[in-house]
Amino acid sequence: MNAQDIVTVTNLSKYYADFIAVNSISFSIRRGEIFGFLGPNGAGKTTTINMMIGLARPSCGFILIDGIDGVKNVKKTQSIMGIVPDESNLYDEMDGFNNLCFCASLYGIRKDIRETRAKTLLEQFGLTQAGNRPFKAYSKGMRRKLTIAAGIIHKPKMLFLDEPTTGIDVESALQIRQLLLKLKHEGTTVFITTHYIEEAERICDRIAFIAGGSIVASGTVQELMDSISHGHTICLTADKNLETLAGELQVRFDDCTVKSVSDNSIILVSEKQIALLPVLQYLDSMGISVFEAKEQRPALVDVFVKVTGIEAAKLKTEKEKGVVGK
Amino acid sequence: MKTWIAFWSILKKDIQNYYLKPPNISWGIIFPLSWTLMQMIRSSGGVNLSGIREMLPGLISMSILFGTTSMLAVTITFERKGRSFDRLLLAPIPLGIMVAAKLSGAIIFGLFNAFVPVVFAVFFVDLAGINWGTLLVGVFLIAVTSALLGLVIAVSAKEVFEAQTFSNFFRFPMLFLCGLFLPISSLPGFLRALSYLLPLTYGTDLLSGSITGTSVLPPVLSVSLLLVFAAVLFAFCQHNIRKKWIM
Repeated sequence: MNAQDIVTVTNLSKYYADFIAVNSISFSIRRGEIFGFLGPNGAGKTTTINMMIGLARPSCGFILIDGIDGVKNVKKTQSIMGIVPDESNLYDEMDGFNNLCFCASLYGIRKDIRETRAKTLLEQFGLTQAGNRPFKAYSKGMRRKLTIAAGIIHKPKMLFLDEPTTGIDVESALQIRQLLLKLKHEGTTVFITTHYIEEAERICDRIAFIAGGSIVASGTVQELMDSISHGHTICLTADKNLETLAGELQVRFDDCTVKSVSDNSIILVSEKQIALLPVLQYLDSMGISVFEAKEQRPALVDVFVKVTGIEAAKLKTEKEKGVVGK
Repeated sequence: MKTWIAFWSILKKDIQNYYLKPPNISWGIIFPLSWTLMQMIRSSGGVNLSGIREMLPGLISMSILFGTTSMLAVTITFERKGRSFDRLLLAPIPLGIMVAAKLSGAIIFGLFNAFVPVVFAVFFVDLAGINWGTLLVGVFLIAVTSALLGLVIAVSAKEVFEAQTFSNFFRFPMLFLCGLFLPISSLPGFLRALSYLLPLTYGTDLLSGSITGTSVLPPVLSVSLLLVFAAVLFAFCQHNIRKKWIM
């Protein structure tokens, strides 16, 4: 185990009779990073989380969390974890304040401390007014925020979040993302599963893609994007029609491939860096003004589609409709 | 210390969220009261006050058994369905302590149920001569074993209605085989053997001994066997929880 790793998972597997839910996966999570775990439905994300937090028993493999054996010594590892499941699982009859206090008490936090922390968290999440209302009366966004607050009230070293922003309003999702970044800056390690690939791209330091129970790609966002990027792509948009000039540009600048994408836009693709000035000068000499030159990079969603073979939009739709299980 | 903070919180939460709810308080009072009245008027169609003392062991046993098994099985199944039970499984406290906290709420509810017929009887008959020490031990051990049976049911049931159905599957045969309605000695051989496999048989015998002085077995033997039942059921429940709830 590397000193900077807080979690090391080695050859972790989970079998249910003949079905292999997770197939010998290995990965590590560094202290203080946000680690994203992405994959289609049924890929093994929740099974992996459940094994890491102690809700499922691995069929084989090792989990080391902060130097503690997470398979043999589950209760010890649970004391440094905060867990936010994909469904809010607080007590409907209890109010927000008492739900938070109860969750803190499960970690042995004294009454005066847990009450102070509960008040602070309610304020931080903008739920002070709702603090004395029963949980069942909360909106979906409020429920989510309170569940996250319950997950961090004992100040865990490591926070697990399963689909934290699914099905909630944009403002609440933004607040949650900002909170995760704040937690990261405070030194908390975050393990997150999400089907919002753009969200993962924005907040995660490193990502692993899981499909069919196996990790198919992992690395930093940049590393993953570089893995499918071959060369450079620049899109030029001008004030006049460029489509007719595409052939001529291809002849003049034969070190790159020129593609027309619309009347006023063309794309230049090359294995090497593209020198723009000669192109712009040539177009200028033709009386054409280029008002936008934009480098096109592959997005994380392209990596996802490539490694899992699943269309990201389809995944998002299925998840939100709750068509397929976790 | 940390573990006991968690234990107390789980117990307090269960008492506030479930056992102190008006429907359950009324169940805890009305159910034993109805049994008492039913037993009082069962013979010759009229009110029979003189038999109350003889009826008390049975009434107390039934009140505990019905109250405790139902409540624990239903509340745990309810929490599991809403996934709030996962919070308890994920808490960094030993599984046995968490289970004991859940059981404690049901046991307290059972003790409360047990004394409703006693309080009722105080107004009608002289309860002098009751061995209160043995009675308390008997009531406590019936509550413990009944709560554990409720937990056995909770581990097997996935839905609340299943828990209720399983509860009856256990409770009614126990009522008829534990010597409450028919003396065990009058049962056919195989049923007699079966009755001695039920914890309620020993609990009821302890109560009979303490209230009417007519126990079949020595109190020490009944207490010992009830403790064995409690230990075996507790171990069985823990094993099953690990097997079925931590997949």
